Amino acid sequence: MNTHLDGNVLAGPLGEVFAVDITSAMGQCASCGTSAAMGEALVYTDAPGLVARCRTCGEVVLRVNRTAGRTWLDMRGISCLELHTPGE
Amino acid sequence: MARAAVLGRLTWQVGTVTEIREESPTARTIVLDVPGWPGHAAGQHVDVRLTADDGYSTQRSYSIASAPAADRLELTVQRLEDGEVSPYLTDILRPGYPLELRGPIGGWFVWDPAEPGPVMLVAGGSGVVPLMSMIRAREEAGSQAPFRLVYSVRSPETVLYAAELERLRQAVDGFQMSYVYTRSGPPGVKVRIGRLTPVVLSAPGWTSETAPAVFICGPTGFVEAAASLLVKAGHEAGAIKTERFGPSGG
Repeated sequence: MNTHLDGNVLAGPLGEVFAVDITSAMGQCASCGTSAAMGEALVYTDAPGLVARCRTCGEVVLRVNRTAGRTWLDMRGISCLELHTPGE
Repeated sequence: MARAAVLGRLTWQVGTVTEIREESPTARTIVLDVPGWPGHAAGQHVDVRLTADDGYSTQRSYSIASAPAADRLELTVQRLEDGEVSPYLTDILRPGYPLELRGPIGGWFVWDPAEPGPVMLVAGGSGVVPLMSMIRAREEAGSQAPFRLVYSVRSPETVLYAAELERLRQAVDGFQMSYVYTRSGPPGVKVRIGRLTPVVLSAPGWTSETAPAVFICGPTGFVEAAASLLVKAGHEAGAIKTERFGPSGG
């Protein structure tokens, strides 16, 4: 079934890599320029890995794939990522 | 607490089951003692990992149901018939068993009790779990934020936290709720059976004019339908946060 979840499912896999939460970060879509919380992206889980698409234009913003001990992260669909870095 | 919840890379840790509660014929709440657990933000989830004797391991995400607390948390797990992980958690797991988990995870679909509200929660089935954490966090924090829960269920037997929700509805100022029954209603009571409607979502005082923060959680189709009804009713898309769960669960 080709249905989508949302960016909330990125939090665990990317939490292995980054020290800050990705889902509350604002990402600017490189295709249409819209900024949205990564938690709002449409995420397809039935591809190899996870594929996140812009909820405005539908273009791929992020892909993440993991095997044991290795993570591939393709973020060329995001032109800018604004992260919350509390404690500074 | 929120800071502890968002800083630092995720690592696995082991909790111990202290209690298991039956919430419905197919759902169990698992109470865990997790030494060093930092607490969480209401709405966050954890990943649970099961590992077989031969080393095969698989993981799933489950929402936290309890109010934030140090060293303990509660998960409510719905058993999926063809699931790989949930049948173990609902049928086999017992108090005293260890459970490997990591979290708290997710900083987007969260509610902070310092926010004044109003807050509208829309749940489809077991999508009520992270919303229950928000309701419990509100009570625990003594928050006065007006809350309204719209809870869509197939039938009364599938309602999670029924007794607690009834107590809150009767006793707590500023907490309202409505059920939507999609297959069958309570026996002897005349209620409408069917899907979510604009009427249910726009109770007096809860229209787009009062601009509530909205949290919707449920299966993808439910979430899309609820969000679309609310946007059509004039709610700002930016005020609506959603969390979908889907067939990859189990």
